[in-house]
Amino acid sequence: MALVEIRNVHKTFHRDAERIDVFTGLSMDIEAGTFTALMGPSGSGKSTLLNLIAGLDKPTGGTVRVGGAEVSAMTAAQLAEWRSRNVGFVFQSFNLLPVLTAFQNVELPLLLTRLSKKEREERVRIALGVVGLDDRLHHYPRQLSGGQEQRVAIARAVVADPTLILLDEPTGQLDARSSQEVLALLGRLNEEFGKTVIVVTHDPHAAARAKRQLHLEKGTFVEQGQAAAAAEVAS
Amino acid sequence: MRFLPLITAYLGRHKRRTLLTMASVALALFLFASLRTVVTTLRAAADFGSARRLVSTNASGLIFPLPVAYAQRLATVPGVEKVTWANWFGGQYGDGKRFFANFAIDAKSYLDLYPEMSVPADQRAAFLQDRSGALIGSRLVDLFGWHVGQNVTLRGTIFPGEWTFTVRGVYTPTDPVINDDAMMFHWAYLDERSGRNGMAGWYILQIDHPQNGPRVGKAIDDMFRNSSAPTKTGTEQAFNASFATMWGNVSLLMNTIGMAVVFAILLVAANAMMMSARERTRELAVLKTIGFSDRRLFGLVMLEAGIITVTGAVVGLGAAKVLYRATNFNAAGFLPGFDVNGTTLAVGAVIALVLMLASGIVPAVRAARLPVVAALRNVE
Amino acid sequence: MKIPLTYNLRSVRQRPVSTALTALGIGLVVAVFIGMLALANGFAAALTRTGSERNVLVLRKGADSEMSSGLDREAISILTGSPHVARGPDGRALASAESYVVIPLGRMGDTTKLANVVVRGVSGQAWQVRNNVALLAGTRPATGKNEVCVGKRLVGRFPNTGLGETMHFAGRPWTVTCHFAAAGSAFESEIWGENEQIMPAMRRDAFQSLAFRLADPASFDEAKRVLEGDKRVTVDVYRESAFYAKQSELLGRILRILAIMITGIMAVGAVFGAVNTMYAAVASRAPEIAVLLTLGFRPRSILASFLVESAVIAGVGGVVGCLLALPMNGIVTSTTNWANFSEIAFGFRITPGLLLAGLIFAVVMGVLGGFFPARRASKVPVVQAIR
Repeated sequence: MALVEIRNVHKTFHRDAERIDVFTGLSMDIEAGTFTALMGPSGSGKSTLLNLIAGLDKPTGGTVRVGGAEVSAMTAAQLAEWRSRNVGFVFQSFNLLPVLTAFQNVELPLLLTRLSKKEREERVRIALGVVGLDDRLHHYPRQLSGGQEQRVAIARAVVADPTLILLDEPTGQLDARSSQEVLALLGRLNEEFGKTVIVVTHDPHAAARAKRQLHLEKGTFVEQGQAAAAAEVAS
Repeated sequence: MRFLPLITAYLGRHKRRTLLTMASVALALFLFASLRTVVTTLRAAADFGSARRLVSTNASGLIFPLPVAYAQRLATVPGVEKVTWANWFGGQYGDGKRFFANFAIDAKSYLDLYPEMSVPADQRAAFLQDRSGALIGSRLVDLFGWHVGQNVTLRGTIFPGEWTFTVRGVYTPTDPVINDDAMMFHWAYLDERSGRNGMAGWYILQIDHPQNGPRVGKAIDDMFRNSSAPTKTGTEQAFNASFATMWGNVSLLMNTIGMAVVFAILLVAANAMMMSARERTRELAVLKTIGFSDRRLFGLVMLEAGIITVTGAVVGLGAAKVLYRATNFNAAGFLPGFDVNGTTLAVGAVIALVLMLASGIVPAVRAARLPVVAALRNVE
Repeated sequence: MKIPLTYNLRSVRQRPVSTALTALGIGLVVAVFIGMLALANGFAAALTRTGSERNVLVLRKGADSEMSSGLDREAISILTGSPHVARGPDGRALASAESYVVIPLGRMGDTTKLANVVVRGVSGQAWQVRNNVALLAGTRPATGKNEVCVGKRLVGRFPNTGLGETMHFAGRPWTVTCHFAAAGSAFESEIWGENEQIMPAMRRDAFQSLAFRLADPASFDEAKRVLEGDKRVTVDVYRESAFYAKQSELLGRILRILAIMITGIMAVGAVFGAVNTMYAAVASRAPEIAVLLTLGFRPRSILASFLVESAVIAGVGGVVGCLLALPMNGIVTSTTNWANFSEIAFGFRITPGLLLAGLIFAVVMGVLGGFFPARRASKVPVVQAIR
């Protein structure tokens, strides 16, 4: 059984009177422990797919299973709980809470567990250590560079030890060097810690890191390398 | 509460807004406590009165006197233990701007009947001995700077002329509801100087048992029913209560204003909460992504509203309780014993709770219902 | 260059809820302000209308109210003979000797709630001399009978005050033969009866007061000097209007102080609310402000613009407050005027001046609340805001 199983998923958006079908019958698997890059033109539904996997959105038809759990059928309350334990999400614009320090930001997911204050502190330190920011524990986001903010965001995503780490354009707002650092970190998380990483990205460097590259076009994914062949088949 | 740092961080983001809102809540509850205490103080004054004391007035009205000869006859009524009387003098001191009660009493029997007026033994003796002596309330000492031994002149209104008395003693009430700013002098002096008419204003009687009150009262009124000055006798409490009703619709007025005040501040608090919530849409969506449930976010927003309203309430109610006590406020004598009581504090706490719910409900529901994906998309 | 008002008005519409709540908060403060001052106004009005400029009221020297005064027949006779007293067309002195007592009456609905109602013994002349008094219904009490005329404000609020009904006080029954009005003055809260009946019933052999019309309205000071100096009587002479106005001082002052204290505290709260709203508005509009600055508008214009916006929001609140308060106008309430220990009924009295004061008060609150935020707006640094 794959970690992520997407079966015959349809997703339709309604914008004003217009009806947009993003997916019509999409099916795919993502195995545990893999590093996958989702690529494709703007508006092709990459982020939508990420949201469906994370349970932030529901498909109009079909099922989404993650780790055996039917995410597409859970209630909002169940999803919240499920997400807190199984998913770490990283955004393009970092989305750290500006009123909290780096430490407190990373601690947020742990507030939803039953861990004691001491246990929480220990895990936060470890997480920030992994991303290489143990000297910036009590800085506020505005005191950090873009790259540092994103690393804090990654720490926040991994601190509760989820199986799945989902990233939506994580290097979109970073300079070349910070991007490098972040991508190297993702590689470590996948290889050393066995995390399943799914990255939505435009960045070819990010794609290069991934072991598997899926190209999304017209509502279906094609493996990289097979894109040309598929295009030929279609025409 | 491990979420407290999160909430206080948000409250601290807009310190000025948080403080202003708390201050508004504090002001509203201060005002509320003050207004309600006016009502409770009047009620306490109306409720005061010994169950063993009866007051006998002229049936035609308080302003009509009763013959002092009644005293002997009253003493013979079964159940009556002690008899005393007093006469309203209504004199003015100085420019007359500060009103205080002054009346003539049959000194010895009056002081006997009112142990609540505590007078040092030597002063009591001095007062009883000096026909033109006066007994003053402790507050008058502070107000006018009077002291024992000095002369005080009142300008008579009902009994014309200048009346000079020598202060012989200061009384301290044992119950805060009793006025501590009254002045009393000898009835004999009043009677003598006003032509020996032998008229008393009203009688106060002590009876043996509270339950005999109605029977004794009826007996007295029957006794004088067909005379030139018929009496109306009732408990001291009824007598005091009738004064309270003379204020008219004061309670209604205070309560209405109180409601308006609370409502106005509710608007201020709700507004502030909604402003904060509106600015946080994106961050709330991120929290949902992390796995904060709708219900949890609802609770956090409510808790934030609660901290603001509860802090404001504690400050406002606390200030009311402390301030009036510390300044010994009694509204220039009209509201003796003005003190914020426990019920008022409890009602204030309930109001704070309602404020919390009402000001937090809209942003809390909005936070719970926030569609994560849409909220995040707006931003990126 | 002044910033067009439409910018402010459109921006206000973008935050409708916030603006509405602020305006409503200010509106409530204004409503309470107007309401309480209307109460004080009504009370003062009732008493000032009670007396006439052309009349004189004579009391025993030292008496602070009609109730504590006492004038015997001899004194009345001497005073009435004075040349300062006007004569009517029939040659009789336009003077009214009156007795004044206060009796406890239970209110309609709950007779344990007592009010001290004034019973005034009047002479026939009272109806002409006393200010503004006019019969509303029925006929004046007949001579020699136990009959009374009840003031308009007592009717319906106390039992047995209807025409033909019988009241009981001072140990006797009294038939109500008429109702009278007196332009909303204190007399409307009184019961009037014939002196010859009232005085013996109350066991009084002296009058309380003498009211007379001045022969020469301008000669009050002289009349006062002469009568007070007359060794045969010991009296205080007042202009009737001034006397009753003075009776309203104590309670009037209390009501006014209360009004100021209560609305003052409320106003501070409302201003805080306005401050919050305006700061939030400024913060969210920082980019627009920066744009305005780059276009060439002066910081001072920005400040003025926000100040005006705040004032307008508050002004709208003020209007709402006035509308909330208006229904109170004319509502009758009553209390005991401690100055003379008598019940007086009066109505809330809202005047155009009071409404204007309320509006101005609202605008002042708006300006106070908007000042610091507006200053912050004018100090927005162009570069930072645009980023």
